[in-house]
Amino acid sequence: MSHEAHVAHHFDDAEQQYDACSLGMWIFLTTEILFFGALFTAYAMYRSEYPQAFAHASSHLSVWWGGFNTAVLLGSSLTMVLAHHAARTGHQENLVRNLWLTVLQGGGFLAVKAIEYSDKFAHHLYPGAGFEYHGADPGQAEIFFSLYFAMTGFHALHMVIGIAIVATLAVLAARGKFTPRSHLPVEMTGLYWHFVDIVWVFLYPLLYLIR
Amino acid sequence: MTPAAATDRRHYLNASYTAASWLFTVDHKRIGILYLLSVTFFFLLGGAAAVAFRLELLTPAGDLVTAETYNNLFTVHGVVMVFFFLIPAIPAVLGNFLVPLMIGAKDLAFPKLNLTSWWLFMIGGAITLGAVITGGVDTGWTFYTPYSSTYANTSVSTAIIGVFLTGFASILTGLNFIVTIHTMRAPGMTWFRLPLFIWAHYAASLIMVLGTPVVATVLVLVVLERSLGLGIFNPNLGGDPLLFQHLFWFYSHPAVYIMILPAMGVVTEIIAAFSGRRIFGYKFIAFSSLAIAGLGFLVWGHHMFVSGQSMYAGIIFSFLSFLVAIPSAVKVFNWTATLYKGQVRMLTPMVYAMGFMGLFTIGGLTGLFLAAMALDVHFHDTYFVVAHFHYIMVGGAVMAYLGGIHYWWPKITGKLYHEWWGRISAVVIFLGFNLTFFPQFLLGYLGMPRRYYAYPEEFQVLNVMSSAGASILGIGYLIPLVYLVWSLKYGPDAGPNPWGAKGLEWETYSPPPTLNFDTTPVVECEAYDYAAGEMAPELPGTQGHGSSTSEEAGSSEP
Repeated sequence: MSHEAHVAHHFDDAEQQYDACSLGMWIFLTTEILFFGALFTAYAMYRSEYPQAFAHASSHLSVWWGGFNTAVLLGSSLTMVLAHHAARTGHQENLVRNLWLTVLQGGGFLAVKAIEYSDKFAHHLYPGAGFEYHGADPGQAEIFFSLYFAMTGFHALHMVIGIAIVATLAVLAARGKFTPRSHLPVEMTGLYWHFVDIVWVFLYPLLYLIR
Repeated sequence: MTPAAATDRRHYLNASYTAASWLFTVDHKRIGILYLLSVTFFFLLGGAAAVAFRLELLTPAGDLVTAETYNNLFTVHGVVMVFFFLIPAIPAVLGNFLVPLMIGAKDLAFPKLNLTSWWLFMIGGAITLGAVITGGVDTGWTFYTPYSSTYANTSVSTAIIGVFLTGFASILTGLNFIVTIHTMRAPGMTWFRLPLFIWAHYAASLIMVLGTPVVATVLVLVVLERSLGLGIFNPNLGGDPLLFQHLFWFYSHPAVYIMILPAMGVVTEIIAAFSGRRIFGYKFIAFSSLAIAGLGFLVWGHHMFVSGQSMYAGIIFSFLSFLVAIPSAVKVFNWTATLYKGQVRMLTPMVYAMGFMGLFTIGGLTGLFLAAMALDVHFHDTYFVVAHFHYIMVGGAVMAYLGGIHYWWPKITGKLYHEWWGRISAVVIFLGFNLTFFPQFLLGYLGMPRRYYAYPEEFQVLNVMSSAGASILGIGYLIPLVYLVWSLKYGPDAGPNPWGAKGLEWETYSPPPTLNFDTTPVVECEAYDYAAGEMAPELPGTQGHGSSTSEEAGSSEP
């Protein structure tokens, strides 16, 4: 039984390593679902308790920036899939190009998020002592913005981590670290990236669209 | 394998002696030892806080410490014991050491994550200790809002960040166990040949993975309320502090099962080994672990019967809480049936296991009182609750933890401890425990609320009994510390299988080599394959020290 170089010492073979890593990644994503799940629960509870205040507060978010960002993220998931495909089929250049495109779109998403955040700060729509709100039930609106910043903030944090990992992969890929037989990190990072993408697919309608 | 070879043989302990080889090890056995030392430290720390407030409670007046100090003391005790001792104790020490050995693997699936887990645990512990030193925390271990989020002036945020990091240590351990049990089993080790210790850890790992992220989120939200002014739990804005309680107990009730399920796994192993019988009702015990883990997620509302939650929610939570008694009782009955007509050897681990069964049963039955809504109105936030959960968490989980440490000590260290002192410690702890906590049932029944540093004079006799019991309990915990450390240098060599027990961990050397087995074991029989009428070997410890019978015990080598 030959022990291949990319198989860690405690695994019998590459198949066992693959099974362990993908199962581990799926369990990790399950913990992430529960992590965001607590926030979604809080959102659902307050939305059903204060539907009008939430609808009115939600109208202060820009549907167009949010929609633009949704498109950017879906595009980044596409390039991530293409990167994985390129790794599997051994297209080195395509792999590197698609990983950098993913990083680029992730960065674009965060840039738009920064524009949105600074707009909220300029209008004093951030929770805390400086909160100013011209409408009914400012307290309930402040809860909406608390949830908005908590949910999109944690999502953005996951984006930052994802971008750092994908950029690292791109550098490694350019050095020829990944082969059709050995590209587990690309696949696992892809799973993570799609997960973060899907969280946004739920955040966007809940925060921006439903009125 | 001969005992002579054991001294100069390479094993996981003498593989390397440098500090780095320990602090950055990826060997699951060494990480288990790191966790053993760490949780022992935290146990002594949490115990010291308990000593201080039990001294305060000797007299009705609040005279030894101030009210603020008292609040800090019970918070430190709770936070340290729950998050830094009970939750990691059995999984991260014994589970870490034994899961790969028991399933015939070289290591856990993710050794580096395992090391990361320990580092996160230590960093989290250091930060929480920092909070205790720089102003203390006075919220109780439950961090209830709005006190914790708006009003408390103590180092709440720092303590929470420490607990948050430790939560990730727990998630990584659970994730590692689940993946390892799925993918790393030796040839022939089918799911229903797994030792029940593994099933118990699998069930507990599900809770770690599914519950911990929720408490992580809710604790971070408290920190963000304190630091950035978010208002999710702030009643002044229309926020709901009860939302915190729901999300907190969604994890923190199942967390009790993170403590007790592995404890049940330990006790199952001990009872089978020292009855010399195949465990009675293997599949019932295996599935009752999963049933407890599953039901455990549906009962959190029984902490909130008097909080103002809907009465109908209360009725459902009450009913579901009663249901937990069924799989718990299934285990106790199966253990009892295993003992029946077994060749029971009352050695130290078995004495601990018997103590567990008695104390866990009392703790479980008094839990039914608290699951009944009408009774809970009377018992809520009294010493009855304190006594109940200590019977489960200390009488149950800590007894099993110590039983497990004794049972696998020869495997972990290669040495035998002094058998007589072992039994003494188990009996002293059992007696001290009951003297400490049984009076608290009576105090709670009489209406003494928890978390007060002064109390009416008529409660003094029972409080003095409790404090006296705590001093006996404290001594009981120190005894094993002495003779176990002593055995490291002076104990006789244990040999691979001093108890004549079944299971893959007993088929390799003591202490095991770094990769656990010389050749990957192949499993050909069921777990607990104790043949009827087969006499277990006499133990060196029962005849005084010096005579090693490890040749005889080692005859089961493959």
